[in-house]
Amino acid sequence: MTPEINLTRDPAHLRHGSSIGQPLTRTDGVLKVTGKARYAADNHPPGMLYAVIATSCIARGRVKSLDVAAAKRHPGVVDVMTPAHKPELAEDPDAKGNPFAFRMELLQSDEVRYANQAIAVVIAETLEAATEGAALLSPRYQVEIARVGLDAGEPYAPPVVGIGNPAEVVHGEIDAGFAAASKLTDATYETPAQYHNAMEPHAIVAVWDGDKLFLDTPSQGMAIAQGRIGGLLGIPPGNIHINSPFLGGGFGSKGLVSGPQMLGIMAARLVGRPVNLVLRRSQMYGPVGHRASTRQRLRLGADDAGVLTVIDHHARITTSSFDDFYEPAADASHTLYASPAIRTAHEAVRVDTGTPLFMRAPGEATGSIALESAIDEMAFACGIDPLDFRLRNYAEVEPTTGKPFSSKALRQCYARGAERFGWARRPLAPRQMRDENGFLVGWGMGTATFPALMFQGNARAVIRADGSGVMESGAHDMGQGAWTALTQISADALGLDLGEITFRSGTSDLPDAGIAGGSAHTATVGAAIHNAGAAVIARLAELATPDERSPLFGAGNAGVVARQGRLHRRDDETRSESYAEILARAGLAEIDASGTGAADPAAQSHYAMHAHGAVFAEVKVDPELGQIRATRLVGAFAAGRIINPRLVQSQLFGGMIWGLSFALHEEAVMDHRSGRILNANLAEYHVPVNADVPPMDVITVDEHDPHVNALGIKGVGEIGITGSAGAVANAVWHATGIRVRRFPIRIEELVTGLS
Amino acid sequence: MMNFDYVRPANVADAIAAASEKGAVYLASGTNLLDLMKGGVSRPSRLVDVTRLPGLDRIERLDDGGLRIGALVRNADLAHDAAFARDYPAIAEALLSGASAQLRNAATVGGNLMQRTRCGYFYDAASACNRRWPGAGCDALEGENRLHAVLGWSEGCIATHPSDFCVPLVALDAVVEIEGRSGRRELPLEALHRLPGDTPDRETALEPGDLIVALRLPAEAQGFAAHARYVKVRERTSYAFAVVSAAAALRIEDGKIREARLALGGVAAKPWRAHAAEQLLAGTAPDAAVYREAARATLAEARPSGDNAFKIELAQRIVVRALTLAAAGTPARIPALPGSPFSSVAGA
Repeated sequence: MTPEINLTRDPAHLRHGSSIGQPLTRTDGVLKVTGKARYAADNHPPGMLYAVIATSCIARGRVKSLDVAAAKRHPGVVDVMTPAHKPELAEDPDAKGNPFAFRMELLQSDEVRYANQAIAVVIAETLEAATEGAALLSPRYQVEIARVGLDAGEPYAPPVVGIGNPAEVVHGEIDAGFAAASKLTDATYETPAQYHNAMEPHAIVAVWDGDKLFLDTPSQGMAIAQGRIGGLLGIPPGNIHINSPFLGGGFGSKGLVSGPQMLGIMAARLVGRPVNLVLRRSQMYGPVGHRASTRQRLRLGADDAGVLTVIDHHARITTSSFDDFYEPAADASHTLYASPAIRTAHEAVRVDTGTPLFMRAPGEATGSIALESAIDEMAFACGIDPLDFRLRNYAEVEPTTGKPFSSKALRQCYARGAERFGWARRPLAPRQMRDENGFLVGWGMGTATFPALMFQGNARAVIRADGSGVMESGAHDMGQGAWTALTQISADALGLDLGEITFRSGTSDLPDAGIAGGSAHTATVGAAIHNAGAAVIARLAELATPDERSPLFGAGNAGVVARQGRLHRRDDETRSESYAEILARAGLAEIDASGTGAADPAAQSHYAMHAHGAVFAEVKVDPELGQIRATRLVGAFAAGRIINPRLVQSQLFGGMIWGLSFALHEEAVMDHRSGRILNANLAEYHVPVNADVPPMDVITVDEHDPHVNALGIKGVGEIGITGSAGAVANAVWHATGIRVRRFPIRIEELVTGLS
Repeated sequence: MMNFDYVRPANVADAIAAASEKGAVYLASGTNLLDLMKGGVSRPSRLVDVTRLPGLDRIERLDDGGLRIGALVRNADLAHDAAFARDYPAIAEALLSGASAQLRNAATVGGNLMQRTRCGYFYDAASACNRRWPGAGCDALEGENRLHAVLGWSEGCIATHPSDFCVPLVALDAVVEIEGRSGRRELPLEALHRLPGDTPDRETALEPGDLIVALRLPAEAQGFAAHARYVKVRERTSYAFAVVSAAAALRIEDGKIREARLALGGVAAKPWRAHAAEQLLAGTAPDAAVYREAARATLAEARPSGDNAFKIELAQRIVVRALTLAAAGTPARIPALPGSPFSSVAGA
């Protein structure tokens, strides 16, 4: 069911030398543009029914009644799943088995926790019948007053933020830092709730066969999903087979199996037939996570030389009323700028929304726009160019831990980005530049950073009798290009040309590849593939080198290298033998070996590991009307080894566009009384259209990192947002002299300020 | 599924008969109606599909020099009609500033006139809305209303009309041809849309069964072709409704404005014709001071309906800008970013 990627016949994939580093086009590109790539909801097993979720229109209270009879009377409706009529679960969906088992609404009660929560599921022969059945349920509610916004409740200190980070971190003497400052800035920034809005909505096609379960569903973490689903249903995770060859975007919202996906599985069990459940666009605003809103206060101190004496970053964040995810917004200040005193602290307010979750650069994105704005404000207060100010406060070691960086080519990013942009010509004061049409012009910058993470993943390598290779890993292509980049790594790992290997992926029946998140997938799975390849080559060598009939006989000490389907003696390259010859002599149809990729704890304890970048933005602002237009974006990034420059450029473009979106466009508008989102659609939840995206330039700075992992990969999935949002916001200030601290920047702030 | 009748009449008379029943609505390309039906906002019992009616998809030059545009002409086809764009450039610019290329390829002239407000509370079936449910109240009044009306609103409704197209149309005295149960009649476009008052649910002057069959542009309106612009401020460069927009058209002779036309979008429940400003401008020399005076006169009666006082100031600035650009002359080609304040940026 999942495609095999085989590159033999595509001239675009001819390689010269190593496959790693080649700007290959996407191996799945033709499948996608011809409509042949099969996404989850494209599957139609025989007998399939359609399930549609009925959602709550209140944000807090109870469902008093549902007109199930009316729904069932509707032609085509097969069944209605409600709290009173649903399959038994083995586990309470509100149980907190581990911090990442987020609570989900699986009709366990009549309680309503947020608008758009599932309150019933209608299963019917057609999508239309199920949709109308859901409308006919006409729920009646007992309504309680919704808690909406950052001031909706008593703030409290969360136990942890992000993935187990302490909510408060204090480095150095904060009071002394303030006392040593001759310049102080104190500013508060607000960021709104944002929703992932992946192009492909959450979808599932669930088929039960006894106690075996077959799922087509987009997943950024199939093995984690197997565990969670198995736990809830009381079946072994190995009984659950997930196919997820392609995701139409995930951005974190498909990292964990969501409530609606579970409801699709339960519906299939209830009716004993395959079930398709696809969320409507509006239903994605609630049960599948979002980026929490934040209010961040940054107090900075600097001395006469423009050197920071203190960074005090306090973040108030919203979370749901019933679970614990805390956007680690202030953590952005841990690593970026040197300061003898750094404090980051978080407080949370419970509101009646779905639980916020990971959304592309969680913490870094929200924190970065506030920190980069604050740094810009302090630079101006000190009368120093923002780039010069950042260089004066360059962190030579990770400020809060004192660890050296495993590698950090940020200075080169600053230099090359600034040169490409022409930053040196920037006037210090705002509102100094106009274009030939009289529009205000502003230049702003921001520093990008994201940790170089690794999770754990596995791969299996096979060499076949004909000398060709297979690499298997249940990895996840979210559109970022895993099919392609991992194929390239596989080719090098097996010492074969791209046309001689087959890369299998995208299903839970293959070795667990860990989660595709944290910008860590290429690093993690790449390391697993590298190790699996090395292991299978070692097995080949073990067959050949003790064998007198092999030209490699006796190479045991010197070693062999694998290249283009042959093993060569390291000490005498003319002595070589093909994989096929080795296997033929040994009488083997194939040999295989496994490999694991994981972070090296020793290296992690010695080094701080981060990718870095510098983003420069130009905006133009209409001096009377306040309309903003970004006109140039330049980003220079150092992210370790680049496996595929074309894909990396795409990832960084995408991230930078999201940063632009963060600064100027994106916001969920929530009614402050009902807690309902009023723009839960792509017409009015604004993300940039093509016409908003300026000419962009991405530079990747060479960075050799011997510590992060064997391949030196740091990851590029998320870093593009960071820095970019702040750069755009700072450019708006530089154009207008108006510092907007509430994002996205709204036209009224400029209309009022520009008078 | 939600059941409704679907009829596809062969001629206008049958269409009117089919649509005269309670609960019946006309369906053209459905770019707005189908969304409303899927969202449960609109639940018609009968759709009368007019897209196959003969003769309504033509653009005709009239004997008097005016233009008659069939109600089924697609927005994109109209905007790219060379003679139309030459004679009525501000209308073409407004058309191209609206929606997206895909929507403009589908949407019809008549449908554009009949599109419903984009007020989030109108679309949210769980909110109180006097348009959807007379007497229910208006949740927008104390709600998220930074983009709502500043002119002509009532306590019953503060929604705005979303059309770009209608703004220069109303400025240029477009006339709507209507076929109804009592025959053919015509109506100035300005009289088609109603202000909410006590009956916000009555959005237009149309009676049950009334079908817009054509839109007529008078020949006199071509006299403004040399000085006509549409300016639209919005929250992204394309596929966004106007925060505020303005159409300005001037007839300039011997250095004087002989006649001015001005209308605003995004400020009221209807495209807002600025008659007082037009009179004030007539006979003056094109000049920023008089534009500002015209802007003040246009917004003299404006008051915020919520968190939207900025729109009163913004609308005045857009009036000044639209008049300034119109006086400077219609560009030889419709700008690449139609309606955008940045449309004059080289290379944009």
